[in-house]
Amino acid sequence: MSETSIKPRIEKVPFSEQVFQKLPVMLVPILAFVGLVAIGNPASWLTLTVAGLAMGMMIFIMASGLTVVFGLMDVINFGHGAFVAVGAFVGFTVLAWLAGWTASPSVMMNLAAVLIAILAAMLVTALLGLAFERVIVMPVYGEHLKQILVTMGGLIVAQQMIYVVWGPDELHLSRPEALQGSWVIGEAAIEKYRLVAVGIGLALFLAMRHILKNTKVGLLVRAGVENGEMVEALGYRIRRLFLIVFMTGSALAGLGGVMWGLYQETITAHMGSEIMVLVFIVVIIGGLGSVEGCFIGAMLVGLLANYTAFLAPKVALISTIALMVAILMWRPQGLYPVVKAK
Amino acid sequence: MLTRLLSGDTPRSGLLTVLLLIVLISLAFAPFLFPGTKSLETAARICIFIVLVASYDLLLGYTGIVSFAHTMFFGIGAYGTALALSATGPSYFSLVWGTVAGAVVAAVFALVIGLFSLRVKAIFFAMVTLAVASAFAVLVSQMSWLTGGEDGLNYRIPRELTPAFKLIDEKILDVRINGKLMAYYLVFFASAMLFLVMLRIVNSPFGRTLKAVRDNAFRAEAIGYRVVWYRTTATVLSAVMAALAGSLLAIWLRYTGPATTLSMEIMIDILLMVVIGGMGTLYGAVLGATLFILAQTYLQNLMGVAAEATSAVPFLSTLVAPERWLLWLGVLFILSVYFFPTGIVGRLRAGRG
Repeated sequence: MSETSIKPRIEKVPFSEQVFQKLPVMLVPILAFVGLVAIGNPASWLTLTVAGLAMGMMIFIMASGLTVVFGLMDVINFGHGAFVAVGAFVGFTVLAWLAGWTASPSVMMNLAAVLIAILAAMLVTALLGLAFERVIVMPVYGEHLKQILVTMGGLIVAQQMIYVVWGPDELHLSRPEALQGSWVIGEAAIEKYRLVAVGIGLALFLAMRHILKNTKVGLLVRAGVENGEMVEALGYRIRRLFLIVFMTGSALAGLGGVMWGLYQETITAHMGSEIMVLVFIVVIIGGLGSVEGCFIGAMLVGLLANYTAFLAPKVALISTIALMVAILMWRPQGLYPVVKAK
Repeated sequence: MLTRLLSGDTPRSGLLTVLLLIVLISLAFAPFLFPGTKSLETAARICIFIVLVASYDLLLGYTGIVSFAHTMFFGIGAYGTALALSATGPSYFSLVWGTVAGAVVAAVFALVIGLFSLRVKAIFFAMVTLAVASAFAVLVSQMSWLTGGEDGLNYRIPRELTPAFKLIDEKILDVRINGKLMAYYLVFFASAMLFLVMLRIVNSPFGRTLKAVRDNAFRAEAIGYRVVWYRTTATVLSAVMAALAGSLLAIWLRYTGPATTLSMEIMIDILLMVVIGGMGTLYGAVLGATLFILAQTYLQNLMGVAAEATSAVPFLSTLVAPERWLLWLGVLFILSVYFFPTGIVGRLRAGRG
């Protein structure tokens, strides 16, 4: 090693800039702290926080697929809600078949039934996503107006098909034995299912981060987000990548559908379009196309919705909209906008 | 004279002219041509939806903005009139000020939303309006002390517009000339006037600029038009028109509730009507609204027959069950976005050669 070797000089990002970049991450603990002060009672605060995180995780699962699809393909799928509903209904059907497993006191059997239901739902919604991409979205790449209209049409058709297959009534989806009830820690009661939801959501978030940051597929996806033509020119078939990402996004919606269905315990054909409002708010808050932003947005929405529902039920209805407006005033492109020249 | 009335925007297609004339004459003489309460209800609904759909087309077709908040403005207009009538009694004065107040509130809302979010992408705007509109719908259904909640408001309108009022004792052409008829003609003429006003707007230099903004916002900006200003103005105008349509509905139904004015289903209906009729032409709104509402009212009977006929085939019969008519409209909708992006009207005009 010679002494004269030129070392790369890495410019240090100014401290204020670093803080500005990190600031959104701090929002969740800040909100949780404000919630603690406002509620006063630590036990109910804990219950509400876990409930809020669980809700946030489920919204994140549904929103992450949507936001990645947008980031990579520049397609917003207004039919995403239909995948959520289809996932819930497929999960319902599978759990009904496995009624013996879900009723048995064995925890393993219960979890296995839920796992099978989730896998089936993800498989069906992935296939649905395949059909959706090929038939409905493919001809309208690059045309936002038509995308919105056509995917809206897809949503109508999918919802009506749910009515055809499963009938028009709302269905009751009961949780397996092991996931019912709650643990009591001190004075706080924490529903078991909510902890499971937090676990699944957190695992998914970490897995997505890992895949996007450390694997070749993730590299291609991120490169495709930045500059699709260049990736294509380097010899990768970006169309196939599109399809895989779209199917994954749909499968995640299916997963979210099963989990949301088990959380609410009733499922209807239009549950997807109802939850889509929250999902859209989360996607907007996060900055269209960003997984991290989406995660933070989902946590904020989940916590805020639960805190305000406890403190001031009337305000809860518009609290998420107010949050969205506030965030957009602060950062007009969302928390972590995906930089794009499109 | 006629061309002037239509602001120079003639149908420009023989078949289209015939179709529009059929719609116009049927609506103008609906009480005499199609006696019965159901058909009069349908005719009034068509009149109101023509205005509503045309006002949405001002946004979607002429300016290229996808908004999901249109029912919000429709609802604001309806609730404005409804609240004024239920608060201050069934006088013409309260009817007028309620309508005006509704239109003003709608304009202010549209201005705020427009200034906030029209600078961003189409997709972003669509999502923001969807969120705002659903929050508004929830808010209205929760504030039951003011809006009657899910049940909505029932109220009285000036006596001259109710079936109890008789203008003349004899029947003309077997039709009783009562307040209901007067109310219908109020709706009809108000709708026709609003439609002509919108025709005037889109055929003015302002309307042409909107099209330029739609086709290439960047170039329009470069020429020197302030794109955001045009988009915001279009949003406000369309909101006011939607609010006035809402007021007409409130007067006609003597009832206003979330399900009839604010629900997502109505928003989807409007979208379907605009696209199937033809985006970017107000005549498309006429045909779209007419066909859609006729289908909504009468297609279900037809599909009932089809379901009867195919009852032996288990899956097929559920597909054509009367409740599934929206399924087929959804399919038609997707197909028309692909193959007839200009809708029925664009097709007819192109077919002229």
